[in-house]
Amino acid sequence: MSFKKVVYPYIPNSEPGVKAQMLKEVNASSVDEFYRDIPSELRINGQLNLPPPFTSEYSLRRHIEKILGKNKTARQYLNFLGAGCYQHHVPAVCDEINSRGEFLTAYAGEPYDDHGRFQSLFEYTSMMAELLEMDVVNVPTYDGFQAAATALRMACRITNRNKVLLPETLGRDLLSKIQDYLKFDVEIIMVKHDPLTGGMDLHHLEVSLTQDYAAVFFENPSYLGFLELKGIEITDMAHDHGAVCIVSVDPISLGVLEPPVKYGADIVVGDIQPLGMHMQYGGGQAGFIASRDEEKYVMQYPSRLFGIVPTRVKGEYGFGDVAYERTSFAKREEGNEWVGTAAALWGITAGVYLALMGPQGMREIGEGILYRSKYAQQELGKLTNVNTGMFQVPHFKELIVNFDQTGKTVADINHRLLERNIFGGKDLSHDFQWLGESALFCFTEIHTKEDIDQLVTTLKEVLA
Amino acid sequence: MKRIGLIVNPIAGLGGRVGLKGSDGLEIQQRAFELGARPHASDRATEALKCLLSMKSDLDILTCPGNMGEIAVRQAGFLPNVVGNILSDHTTAEDTKRAVKEFLNKDLSLLLFTGGDGTARDIYAAGGSEIPTLGIPAGVKIYSAVYAIHPRAAGELVMAYLREEAVLNLAEVMDVDEEEFRKGRVSSKLYGFLKVPYLQRFVQGAKAASPKSLFSALEGIAKNLFERMSPGTIYIFGPGSSTQLIAKYLGMKKNLLGVDAYLDGRLIASDANESTLLGLLLNNPAVEIIVTLIGGQGCIFGRGNQQISPQVISKVGKKNILVVSTPEKLNALKGHPLWVDTGDYEVDKILCGYIPIITGYKEYVMYKVTA
Amino acid sequence: MNNITAERYTDGKPNLRRFHQACWDEPIIFELGQPGQRGILVPEVEEGIKSQVGDPFKGISDSLLRKDPPELPEISQPAVLRHYVHISQETLGVDCNIDVGQGTCTMKYSPKINDQLARMTELTELHPLQDETTVQGILEIFWRFEQILKEISGLDRFTMQPGAGSAAIYTNASIIRAYHASMGELDRRDEIITTIFSHPSDAACAKVAGFKVITLYPNEDGYPDIEALKAAISDRTAGLLITNPEDTGIYNPKITEFTRLVHAAGGLCSYDQANANGILGITRAREAGFDLCHFNLHKTFSTPHGCGGPAVGATGVTKELIPFLPVPLVDFDGEKYYLNYDIPNSIGKIRPFYGVAPAVLKAYAWVMALGAEGLREVAEIAVLNNNYLLKKILAIRGASAPYAKGKRRIEQVRYSWEKLYEETGVHSDELGIRAADFGVHYWTSHHPYVVPEPCTLEPTESYSKEELDEYAAIIENVANEAYADPELVKNAPYNSTVHTIDHYPLDDPQQWCITWRAYKRKAQQIPA
Repeated sequence: MSFKKVVYPYIPNSEPGVKAQMLKEVNASSVDEFYRDIPSELRINGQLNLPPPFTSEYSLRRHIEKILGKNKTARQYLNFLGAGCYQHHVPAVCDEINSRGEFLTAYAGEPYDDHGRFQSLFEYTSMMAELLEMDVVNVPTYDGFQAAATALRMACRITNRNKVLLPETLGRDLLSKIQDYLKFDVEIIMVKHDPLTGGMDLHHLEVSLTQDYAAVFFENPSYLGFLELKGIEITDMAHDHGAVCIVSVDPISLGVLEPPVKYGADIVVGDIQPLGMHMQYGGGQAGFIASRDEEKYVMQYPSRLFGIVPTRVKGEYGFGDVAYERTSFAKREEGNEWVGTAAALWGITAGVYLALMGPQGMREIGEGILYRSKYAQQELGKLTNVNTGMFQVPHFKELIVNFDQTGKTVADINHRLLERNIFGGKDLSHDFQWLGESALFCFTEIHTKEDIDQLVTTLKEVLA
Repeated sequence: MKRIGLIVNPIAGLGGRVGLKGSDGLEIQQRAFELGARPHASDRATEALKCLLSMKSDLDILTCPGNMGEIAVRQAGFLPNVVGNILSDHTTAEDTKRAVKEFLNKDLSLLLFTGGDGTARDIYAAGGSEIPTLGIPAGVKIYSAVYAIHPRAAGELVMAYLREEAVLNLAEVMDVDEEEFRKGRVSSKLYGFLKVPYLQRFVQGAKAASPKSLFSALEGIAKNLFERMSPGTIYIFGPGSSTQLIAKYLGMKKNLLGVDAYLDGRLIASDANESTLLGLLLNNPAVEIIVTLIGGQGCIFGRGNQQISPQVISKVGKKNILVVSTPEKLNALKGHPLWVDTGDYEVDKILCGYIPIITGYKEYVMYKVTA
Repeated sequence: MNNITAERYTDGKPNLRRFHQACWDEPIIFELGQPGQRGILVPEVEEGIKSQVGDPFKGISDSLLRKDPPELPEISQPAVLRHYVHISQETLGVDCNIDVGQGTCTMKYSPKINDQLARMTELTELHPLQDETTVQGILEIFWRFEQILKEISGLDRFTMQPGAGSAAIYTNASIIRAYHASMGELDRRDEIITTIFSHPSDAACAKVAGFKVITLYPNEDGYPDIEALKAAISDRTAGLLITNPEDTGIYNPKITEFTRLVHAAGGLCSYDQANANGILGITRAREAGFDLCHFNLHKTFSTPHGCGGPAVGATGVTKELIPFLPVPLVDFDGEKYYLNYDIPNSIGKIRPFYGVAPAVLKAYAWVMALGAEGLREVAEIAVLNNNYLLKKILAIRGASAPYAKGKRRIEQVRYSWEKLYEETGVHSDELGIRAADFGVHYWTSHHPYVVPEPCTLEPTESYSKEELDEYAAIIENVANEAYADPELVKNAPYNSTVHTIDHYPLDDPQQWCITWRAYKRKAQQIPA
C-alpha cells in the first residue's frame, strides 16, 4: 500500500494540514469515528480493487482519447441511420450555451437564485408550444419513449379506463418500453396497418374501439417513415368513443407539417433530439408532452410545469412551478407517476435551436428534408431489384428500402457498405419480418446531393 | 373591508403559570389570583393581532368590551369596533356564548378567540361552527385542534385566510372532564368540530395551499377501503371529519360526531353507543372498525370514540381494525407516536406496536402506537 | 491606498460578500427580434434535386400541410447568444456558488476535463445503431465503468440505461416485479416497503410498477425501526426499497437485519444509493444484503446536473437477477465488445438505445482520475466536511439537528429551524430565500415535511474549509437577521435576479400560464 499522501485537485480539504485542523475542530481523532454506526462486519477491509488512477489531467486525457479513438464517427463515414436518433446540424450557439457552466452545473434552486434556469426552460416550452400550437408543454422527460408511455398513462387516468390501442408499425423498442411501463395494469391492443399506405387500418380500428379504451396512439411520421394521412378520421373515431388521441411527432417536421392538434390530437409527444443535440451514441434524447390548457389534463402531468407570474415589483416577472402538488416531489406515492432529474439541459438547447431557426428556418429544413428523402427514394428506386415504394404515401426523412429481389440480406449489404465507409439504414428484417429484407434509410439536411448519389452508386456496386 | 371578530376569555391560562391545572370554576380562579397569577390571554390575543397591522386600513375588528377583547385590540394598535356589553368583571362562559351569538349576525369573515378547551367548547356550543373560527392558545391544557400553535402562527393564518390563501378544515373541539381530571383520571369528550383555516406550509412547507391534496388523499383512502370491503361485513366508522368524508365518497351518509355502522352500504346504526355495537356484534361475526386520529394529539381510541369500548375492540380483534389518516395529519404529530387509552390496559397493550395506517390508494404507513 | 485583503476582514473574520446576482431584466425571447431576422441559415437543396423532384409536398394531403407558420421568434444570431448568456448568468450552478445548500443532490465539482472529453467528435458523432465494430471505444467505456461499479457495490451486473435516479428505481421495481412473476408469486406479492426518509421516488416508482406501498416512519431516534419493518413484512412482501444513509444523514446500523428479514419473507432488497457519496470504499451493497442497487452518476459520480438532466441512474443486480435486466447489456468476449440482447427474461427497454453515453464517460473519467484511494478520500472528506459544517450550524441560534443527538452524521444533515420559527415567526423556506441574497442555494426537504421547518445541507468533498466557513457565516447572518428583523427576512430576496414572486396564480387553472402563448391569451383577464 502506498503511503504517499496525495492532495487531490477535486478535494480541497484533502490537504493534510487542513484535514487535521478540521478533525480537531470537531473533536474527532480520525475520520473513522464518523462511521461508527456502520457495523464492523460491513466495513471494507483495505481498498477497493480498482484500476490504478491517472492522477494527472494529461495522462487521463491520453487514456480516454486512446479508447475513444477506436470509434468511427458519422463525420468519417456517410451516415444514413435514423430510427429515433438523427444526424442534423447542431448550431455552434447551441453547443456554446449548453456548455456554459451555469446551465451545465445548476440543478434545483429557487426561482430567484435560478431565475435563468426557469426562464430558459419556460422559453423552451413556449417555443415548442408555438410549434405544436398547444398551450401546455412540460419540462423535458427522459426521452420520447417515456413521453409516449406517460401520455398513455395520463390518458388512462383522465378517462378512468385501462385499455389502449397502438399501431403495429410501432418501433419494437418503443413497444417494449410501453409494455414494461403499462402492461401490468393496462391492456395493450395492436391495430393492423393498411398494407397500401402503412397507416392505421381504419376498419380494424373501428371494430376494435369500444367505450373501454382510454387512448388511441399513432405516430406521424411513423417509425417507418411514412406519413399518416388519416389523422382526422382516427381522432374522430377515438373521440366518438370517449378515448384520448395521442400523436407522436418528429418536431423537426413541424415547420412544414400541420401540428396534430389541428387534426384532433389531445396529447402530442415526441423526442427533441433533432433540435440541436448531437447524436452522442443515443445520449441526446429528451421527451416532450403537450396538451391543451385544461385542468383535467394539466393535473395529470407527472413532470414539472413552469409558469410565468408577476413579482411584487411592478413590471417584473418571475417563474414558479404550476400545481406543484400534482408531482411526487410534493406528494410521494399519490403524485402522478414520478418526477426527477430527466433532460433539462437538452430542453434549454432545443429552445436555443428554435430561436435560431425561427419559422423560416423550420420551414426550410422541413422542405429540404422532403426534397432530399424524395430524391433518394426516386434514385434508389431506379436500382435494379430495389423497392422503395413499400407504402404508397409520402415519407418524411426516413424510407423503407427493400432488397428482397436482390437475393441479399440487409446484414450482408450493410456490411459491404461499411467497407466502403457508409453506414447503411437500420436493418428491419428481425423486428418487422413481414417487411422482408428491408432497411430504414434516413436523409436529413446534412446530406448533399453528392452524398445521396454516392449511396446510390455504392449500392449499385454492392448489389452487382 | 374585511371584518373579523375577537372574543377573549380573560382568565384562560390563569392556572398554568402558578401551577394549577385549568382555570374554569370560580374557586380555581380565586386560588390562582391568590398565588399571584395575572391573566395573559389578552396579551396573547394582542400578539396575534399585531401580525395583522399591515392590513389595518382594510380591517374591521369586532370585539367585546373591556378585558373580553377591547383592551387586547387597542393594545395591538387597532381601533376596536365594540359590540355588546358584559355584566361584571368576572366573565363567564355565558358571556362568551352570548358574544358568539351576537357576532354570528355581523357578517364576519372569521372569528378569533383566545382561551383553552373550555372556551372552544363555549364557542362551539353557541353555534360557532357556522362561521370560520380560529383559536389563539392561552390555556394550559389544549386538546382541541382548533388552536394555532402559538399567537404568531394564528396571526399568519388569519392573514393568509383573509387573502384567500388558506382553506378551511374541520378541527376537533375536545373537552377534558374537569372533575375527573382533578381526581387524577384523564378522560375527554369530542364535542364537535369548528371550521378552522389551514395553511399547508405550516405543516408541509408546500408552495401554496391546495384543497385538492386533502381531498385526493381521502378519496384515495376511500378507494382503498372500497376495494377491501366485502358484502355481509359490518363496518363501524368512528367520528371525525376524515371518516365523514370517506363515508361520503363511499356513498354513505355519516355524522361528524358519533359512531355509525353500515352493512352493504346501508346505515344500520346511527350514533351508536357501546351496547348497540355489542348487539350488532352478537348477530354478525364479520365486523371491521374504521377509525381516524382524533384531535391534534394522535389518539386512536379513547378520546371522542369511547363508544368503541374495550369490549367491542376485543370482540372485533386487532386484525379487523383499520386506521385511516391523511399523511398531513400524521406529519402534524412531528414524530410522536399515536396512542390509545381505551380504559382497559390489557386491550391497550394489544393495540400497541406498529400498525398499518391507510394513507391513500394502495398506500400505507407503519406508525408506532403506544398506550 | 488601503490593504485590499485586510479590508475583507473584521476582527479576524471574513466579511460577507457584497453580493448581487446578475439582473438583466431580460425580456422573454418572444419580445426580441424583428420579423425577417434569421439566427442561422439552413443548407440549400441543390438544383439537381429540386428539378428532379418537383413539388416536395406532392401527395401530402392538405390537412397535413402546415398552413400558418409557427410563431417562433425571429432573431439574429448574436442577439440569441446574448439573450441566453444573460439568462445563464442569472443561474447559480456549482461552477459559481458554494452549493452545499442543495442537500441530497451531491453538488460536487464536475471536472472540466471530463466535459471536454465528452465533447470529442469520437463520442458526439456516433449513431447508436452503428455497426459494433465501429463503436468499440464507447462500448469499452461502458464495459470498464460497469466493472468499476461492480467493485464499488459488490453486485454482479450493471446497466446504464435508466435516465436518472427515479428511472433506475422504477427499473429496480420492474425487475422485482418480473422476478416474482417468474416465480408465479406476483399475484400474491403486491407490497413494497420503503421509509419516509428515502427519496419520494422510492414510493412513487413502486406504485407505478403496480405495487402497494408501505412507508415506515422512524422511531424517536430517527432510525427506521426494525419493529415497524417486522409489522410490515408478510407473505405479500415483494421487496424493500431503501436509502442508507437516509436523507437525514443517518446510517441505519441494523441494515443487514432489515435485508435478512425481507429475504426470509421471500422479498428482494433494493438499495437506493443516491446517498453513496459518504460511503464509497467504506461499505458496499452486497455485504449489506442487497439484491439490487442504483447509483446516480450525476450525484456521486460528478457528472454535471444540467439544470435537471440528462443523467444516468446506473442500476445493478446480483447474479440471480441478471436474466431480468433491460436489454442490451455490454459484454466483452475477450477480443471485442458487443451489445448482448440475449437476456432471457428481460423487462425489455427502459429507454431508446443504451443510456446517456457522455454521462457514462464523465463518470468513468472521474473515477479513473481518483482510483481506489481517491474514492476513499472523497467519502472521508465529504463526511468530515459534513460534520464540520454540522458543528457550525448547530452553533447558530434557532437551529437544531433532530434525531441521533450528539452522534456523527454521514454525508448530509437535515436540520430544523423550528426553534427559530417559534421565536421569530420566520419559516425555513423564508430563510432560504434570504440566503439567495448572499449568492447561495438552500433546500428545505422533500415533502411531506416530517422534520418541521427543515433545511438539508450536503457539503460533499468539493468545497474548501474557507468555503464551508463562508456558507455557515451566511446562514448565521440570515438566522440572526430573523431574530433582529423578521420582516427583512420575510420580504427577501433583495439582491437576487427578481423579487418575491406571486405564487397564487400557479395553482389557479384560470390564471396559470405555462407557456408564453397561454400568457398572451390569459393576460388580459388577469387583474393587475
